[in-house]
Amino acid sequence: MKADLELYDYWPYENRPKIEWPNGAKVAFWVAPNIEFYEIDPPANPKRVAWPRPHPDVLLTSNRDYGNRAGHWRMMEVMDRCNVRGSISLSTGLIDHHPELIEETKARDWEFFSHGIYNTRYSYEMDETQERAIIEDSLESVMKATGQKLAGYLAPALTHTERTMDLLAEYGFLYTCDLFQDDQPQPVKVKSGRLVSMPYSLEINDIIVYNTYLGTPRRYGQMIKDQFDQLFEEGKESGTVMCIPVHAFAVGHPHRIGGFEEGLEYITGHSKEDVWVTTGREIAEYYYENYYDVCLADINARKGS
Amino acid sequence: MTLRDDYLQYPNRRYGMDHDFFEWSILQQRDPIVWPNGAKIAIWVSYALEFFPLDQPAKPFKAPGGMVTPYPDLRHFTTRDYGNRVGIQRIWKVLAKHGITASAAVNSVVAQRYPYLINKINDRGDEIIAHGVDMGKVHYGGMDDADEAALVEEAVSVLRGVSGQPVTGWWSPGKSESWNTLNHAANNGIEYVCDWVNDDMPYEIKSPNGNLLTAMPHTEEIWDRTILMDKKHNEEEWVEQIQDAFTIFYNETDRYGGRIMSIVLTPYLAGMHYRIKYLDEALGWIMDHDHVWAATGAQILEAFNKQS
Repeated sequence: MKADLELYDYWPYENRPKIEWPNGAKVAFWVAPNIEFYEIDPPANPKRVAWPRPHPDVLLTSNRDYGNRAGHWRMMEVMDRCNVRGSISLSTGLIDHHPELIEETKARDWEFFSHGIYNTRYSYEMDETQERAIIEDSLESVMKATGQKLAGYLAPALTHTERTMDLLAEYGFLYTCDLFQDDQPQPVKVKSGRLVSMPYSLEINDIIVYNTYLGTPRRYGQMIKDQFDQLFEEGKESGTVMCIPVHAFAVGHPHRIGGFEEGLEYITGHSKEDVWVTTGREIAEYYYENYYDVCLADINARKGS
Repeated sequence: MTLRDDYLQYPNRRYGMDHDFFEWSILQQRDPIVWPNGAKIAIWVSYALEFFPLDQPAKPFKAPGGMVTPYPDLRHFTTRDYGNRVGIQRIWKVLAKHGITASAAVNSVVAQRYPYLINKINDRGDEIIAHGVDMGKVHYGGMDDADEAALVEEAVSVLRGVSGQPVTGWWSPGKSESWNTLNHAANNGIEYVCDWVNDDMPYEIKSPNGNLLTAMPHTEEIWDRTILMDKKHNEEEWVEQIQDAFTIFYNETDRYGGRIMSIVLTPYLAGMHYRIKYLDEALGWIMDHDHVWAATGAQILEAFNKQS
């Protein structure tokens, strides 16, 4: 084990190159619905237990399944009403299990990025061949089902190895959602090619708010608004990114959907000169096109200072 | 480091679910249901009457609400018992005030120890759901099949014997099933189960032996236990979430047909002195709406089956 994987250099938030999003927007805003499949009887991983109870853990597996059966539609309708295209963090195995959800979201021009094959298969202890196999499986599955070349990655259940970022760059991914060190995209140091860390969020992620912070649905709506207000102010200096990661098995419940909708309505009620409502891929492409080099130069110039 | 080869094999990667218990189906794409008298929402209140033994086994896990301290945990034992003595009386008064018939999920040991409760349930016209033998006897994957068969048979037969009710619903302690619980439930004449929380409407569920039952939507999400104990929200926030859920369901019925709102109550939680007024407020607010039908699980299922 290492003290630091040296995936990025320290880069203070102050006095960075000014980022302006399209139309002069201050915040690039994206929503990342996690559309996940949790197996009822997954094989054991030596580092992480999938279910707290002996299989079948009927309570928890069915709780997760609620998202696909019932919650997804409710969440999708809210996003439709607010004109937000999702960037789906996809358990790519779900393409086989629930193709209807893929067709519905594809028809809405949503983006798909990889969240592993199943959220019950963890990367811990994988050798390089195995980790390559799940990445290649994701690339092929998503291409076949949607015609999209995967641009983004969020490791399954946030389980990583030391080589995950290098592999993503090698396979041509544009961005990773696995790093939480910043509110702006930035270059990731990889062995070959390029990779950008895209602000996702483990703070405004519905699971963290509901299960770790034990927030109420209405508080969730308020947190979304408060986070946006702050990033909007800071985005006047240099554009910021705000992501709301959600799960239909959490936010899609009838007692919770209102908080999410309140937050989305607030943000999308701003003008396009204020907020760029977009997808992870579009933010990454815009960043590579306009800011990757200038940011990298600034990082290198400030090294050791 | 290398994982075993089967870690990257996916034998159940296929259309639908990765098991055979039920078919994959999207709630919003099903035919709409109409409840009796044009009701939009069927309100399904259920409350649990449970016995937590002092010597509750820790393995494979303790059902929620179980003993916490070293033996003898009189603190939790008596706190749970409070619900069966005092809390339930307050809940019954609130249900009566709002004209709500409900389902009572009862451990068979409770029926044997406190037949008074069964008489009261019968007097109210509430339905009895079999809730296992007691909270120390959970059903779990890998348990001995003959042991489980005996547990289910005991729970159902005792409850039928003491109550005289048909007892067609099953709720496993802690909502935990083995791979074979549905077999045993079907063998004992159970028609619906309350353990699966993946839907807002009933759906067909199949036991490994091929018996067909119904999974009823018995949510754990706005359960008093989840909101008050697990999420640590206060009573006003509990009421607010019940109201918000109701409003969403109510509005969805215009497009998607009748809905079921499941409200699960724990007498030692919702029945506390400082909480009962909030339950009164929530249920009163719901029942003040038009087109609301409060019924038991069996009644709701009967109405559902007439249309599907």
